[in-house]
Amino acid sequence: MTPSPVPETVVTIAGRSFVADGSGVLWCPDSGLMVVADLHLEKGSSFAARRMMLPPYDTRQTLMALARVVARLKPRTIVSLGDSFHDRSGPLRMAEADRDHLKALQANRTWIWVAGNHDPALDGGMAGEFLDSFADGAIRFVHEPTAGRVTGEIAGHLHPCARITARGGSVRSKVFVSCETRLVMPAFGALTGGLDVTSPAIRSLFPGRMAMIALGRQRAYRVAA
Amino acid sequence: MPRHLRLTGKARVNIAAVAVTCMAVSFCKVNLRITALRTCLFAVQGYTLATDRFSFSSVSMPSPPRAEAPPSPLPSRFHAWFAGRGWEPRAHQLDLLALAQTGRSALLVAPTGAGKTLAGFLPSLVDLAEPRAALTRSAPVGRTPPPRERGLHTLYISPLKALAVDVARNLYAPVEEMGLPIRIETRTGDTPASKRQRQRSDPPEILLTTPEQLALLLASADAPYLFGSLKRVVLDELHALVTSKRGDLLSLGLARLFTLAPGLTTVGLSATVKDPADLARFLTPQGGGAPAAAVVMAAAGAKPDVSILETAERLPWAGHSARHAAGELYEAIKRHRTTLVFVNTRSQAELLFQLLWTINDDGLPIALHHGSLDVAQRRRVEDAMAAGQLKAVVCTSSLDLGIDWGDVDLVLNIGAPKGSSRLMQRIGRANHRPDEPSRAVLVPANRFEVMECRAALEAIDDGAQDTDPLRRGALDVLCQHVLGMACAGPIGEEALLGEVRSAAPYADLDAATFHDVINFVATGGYALKSYDRFAKIRQDKKGLWRVAHPSIAQRYRMNVGTIVESPMLRVRLVRSRQGTTGYSGPIGRGGRVLGEIEEYFVEGLVPGDTFVFSGEVLRYEALVENEVYVSRATSREPKVPSYAGGKFPLSTFLAEGVRRMLSDPKEWTKLPPQVAEWLELQRKASIIPRRDQLLVETFPRGDRFHLVAYPFEGRLAHQTLGMLLTRRLERWGLRPMGFVANDYSISVWGLSDLGAAVLRGDLSMDALFDEDMLGDDLEAWLEESPLMKRTFRTCAVIAGLIERRHPGKEKSGRQVTVSTDLVYDVLRRHEPNHLLLRAARADAATGLLDIARLGQMLSRIRGRIVHIGLKRISPLAVPVMLEIGREPIYGEAGEALLQEAEAALLAEAGIEGPASGEVG
Repeated sequence: MTPSPVPETVVTIAGRSFVADGSGVLWCPDSGLMVVADLHLEKGSSFAARRMMLPPYDTRQTLMALARVVARLKPRTIVSLGDSFHDRSGPLRMAEADRDHLKALQANRTWIWVAGNHDPALDGGMAGEFLDSFADGAIRFVHEPTAGRVTGEIAGHLHPCARITARGGSVRSKVFVSCETRLVMPAFGALTGGLDVTSPAIRSLFPGRMAMIALGRQRAYRVAA
Repeated sequence: MPRHLRLTGKARVNIAAVAVTCMAVSFCKVNLRITALRTCLFAVQGYTLATDRFSFSSVSMPSPPRAEAPPSPLPSRFHAWFAGRGWEPRAHQLDLLALAQTGRSALLVAPTGAGKTLAGFLPSLVDLAEPRAALTRSAPVGRTPPPRERGLHTLYISPLKALAVDVARNLYAPVEEMGLPIRIETRTGDTPASKRQRQRSDPPEILLTTPEQLALLLASADAPYLFGSLKRVVLDELHALVTSKRGDLLSLGLARLFTLAPGLTTVGLSATVKDPADLARFLTPQGGGAPAAAVVMAAAGAKPDVSILETAERLPWAGHSARHAAGELYEAIKRHRTTLVFVNTRSQAELLFQLLWTINDDGLPIALHHGSLDVAQRRRVEDAMAAGQLKAVVCTSSLDLGIDWGDVDLVLNIGAPKGSSRLMQRIGRANHRPDEPSRAVLVPANRFEVMECRAALEAIDDGAQDTDPLRRGALDVLCQHVLGMACAGPIGEEALLGEVRSAAPYADLDAATFHDVINFVATGGYALKSYDRFAKIRQDKKGLWRVAHPSIAQRYRMNVGTIVESPMLRVRLVRSRQGTTGYSGPIGRGGRVLGEIEEYFVEGLVPGDTFVFSGEVLRYEALVENEVYVSRATSREPKVPSYAGGKFPLSTFLAEGVRRMLSDPKEWTKLPPQVAEWLELQRKASIIPRRDQLLVETFPRGDRFHLVAYPFEGRLAHQTLGMLLTRRLERWGLRPMGFVANDYSISVWGLSDLGAAVLRGDLSMDALFDEDMLGDDLEAWLEESPLMKRTFRTCAVIAGLIERRHPGKEKSGRQVTVSTDLVYDVLRRHEPNHLLLRAARADAATGLLDIARLGQMLSRIRGRIVHIGLKRISPLAVPVMLEIGREPIYGEAGEALLQEAEAALLAEAGIEGPASGEVG
């Protein structure tokens, strides 16, 4: 099945259209480019190394979720937009099965690791290209959003979340936040928390109008910011 | 908004600053040596120097004759001291002494004022009065104990540090007056580090402390040295300690003390409980053939003089404020020396305090206490109370415990008593002389509460108790304890299991579960064994578990205890953005901070919701980082009620009493005419259920259809029931829209006519209330419910999965390094039977959701459901219907609105409105 763009969750950044997928990845059907941010693989074991024994299943769960999107979208290129691992020695702690799973996801496509603050470099000889940032046409892909004006930037780092209110209740959800020139991706990792979109760190990036797309169980929803 | 927030939303409702200041001004007129105005908002959790804790029978009041009259075990020095005061030791005091001298542990069950605490200490004082030989004891290898003649002899544990301090002060008197060579010290969180350090190397003979401090002392390598000399442990207010996870922690500490000092005897001091033999199990090692603790029952005091306030005012249909009776309460306070006014919640306390001050024309010194007021404020009230300067204190359950209040001659209990034992303990606060009756007046705040008070009164007459049996020990507490024991020294799994099982709450623990606990402590206990190299405890060659690094002990110390604070958010007053749409940039930053509110309460709010906080109606604007932005509401009617019913559910015992009273019209004559008339109207309009039946009424109202059931099982169980009923109706296509519950009944409403569905045969009440709702429906709902996540968080913190704080990095409750909700989701998916999930489910069953009780109810009513289809609301349904969309109490406008709503409902039910100006 050819993935068809979902009209209501198309976002246009610097004149280029992407699909904000309900899974939390950004997808460009024309070029086959898929972007995923803040996987934070091996976060559980990173805490365990400091003797806080979080469940060791976060990597497995994150990779399984990623595998489902990859199987659906069949991207030619995957950009992991930084903080792919919770710390630089994360790959060394990975379980064999998880390592194999990641390898299988990387096979037969271009895989780009963008450096993040948690993983400025990665130990353990991971396959893939390592870049500090990555440009594709007018758009720059970088982990940490650049302060001030940008002309076309897709970033992660902030883990935006929002409380979406409707009749009779409210729900907290991971969100894409964007304007014409920039987009901040939701965090994909299983154990990644969120930063509320009303926080200054996110607000200050969007002095004008901010658009929001929330991740639901079935799909993404455009919601009022 | 999730319903559970109503039952637990402990929004901190403070009194408006303005009101406080006004009261404070009038307060200071009575010259209480209080200088700062704000300090007059009295918070008391304190103690007085009252002598009643050590009261004795006077000589003129002979103690009951003793059968065999053995030679008195009391040394002459003590006899002389007693006689010098004109006192004589009481029978139970001598009984405890005799038991201690034969090495038996004992549970003393005695009413307040029976000289319980002295009874507990007398054996220690007698023992210590005699010079002892220098202690010989083996010190841990590699340690040389400082030379000393005596070691720690008696350990006293109290649930409150204030109580420990109070008891210590009272112990000084006999010790000094008899010139006994005994050092008495306290050890609490407030004790300076240098003193704590010194206490380890050079302990006093008698140490007074709390369960948490005991856990800390036991988790150190010094513990065998410190406790090796221990002869006696005194557990004060045992009935209160054993009902919580703190009690679990204490039971485990006690088990370790028995290991360190095998000759130890214990004494538990308790208020009257339902099953003293069951409680006594707490005091001795279980399963090892040790003789059970003896139960000593002190002579019961004079029967309390308890009555129900016969108000001349009209009794409200719903609500908990007892606003109608404020004038009568004020008169009662005026007529007595000192009055304790007990309420069930903090917000009730604040409101009643406010009400009393608005009519306090005589400027009576009336103070307020509840647990969340500032410590410095509490100290000032304690002093005023000790000096006998207060006329009344409005207080919450935090004062149920045995702190003495001096010359209290009246207890007013506002609202529902909830349990007969709880009520009796409260009543015991008045008049600490067993020969004089305690005087108490119950003040029902609504009509159902009249029945509950009546049932409680009969229970008191029969001396019927309804305390719970000993709880089963929580697994998260055990995890914490196991790590503590490893910090003290290497542990053998089998030996520790034996020790743990000797603690009554853990007597049934199986080896497999204990092994899971050990694994959890070591590596998190995951089936996927990937954390072995990071283990906190490791097995050495001999198979003993040892801590892997000294820093683990340090982190254990910072996380000890079972009290987990709820995450709080600051509430900031900003300008409203009402009228504008959407978020339009930062709103009015820098407004005044009003206080702190529980995050869980805020989670249920949507922007525009109004609620009462700090005495004002506020409009919720936004959650910005860790702050809740609110503005002043234009409306005077808050939309979201803060729960005001009290956190204690109606006891099954009193519930049964209320059901019986309701079912038998002959009983109604004992009730005030207003209530009897109400029930008579119900009999005409609908039916009166038999005591074994569940009445379910359906009726239309407005554009909705309602179903009201009357299980009388308490709000917690009803909330869970409501959640499950709406889920089931939803699945059956019957379109429920919401529900509301109180302690007595539950109302579910929706868009389809449930009564008609029953007539058509589309809906069966037996099927709707079938027990199988506790299966899949419960599971599905529970696992997703915020309550479950909240319960899990508490377990994760207590068990040590998530740390409260890191060395050098104080974190607020909210800023734990990782979201426990996410951990919960991951765990549920990959290891649904993980130890912590089991612990959380066990808590949910008995705690916030009261599933166990709901299960018993569903089984009780099977085949006994009576459905009555009505054309309009029934009289019995009025109270719960008034709960819909109402704020319990706020200001005159709120009250007026409530009255209107009530009047409309009453008119519908065919009941005339209140006659005004009725004076009786």
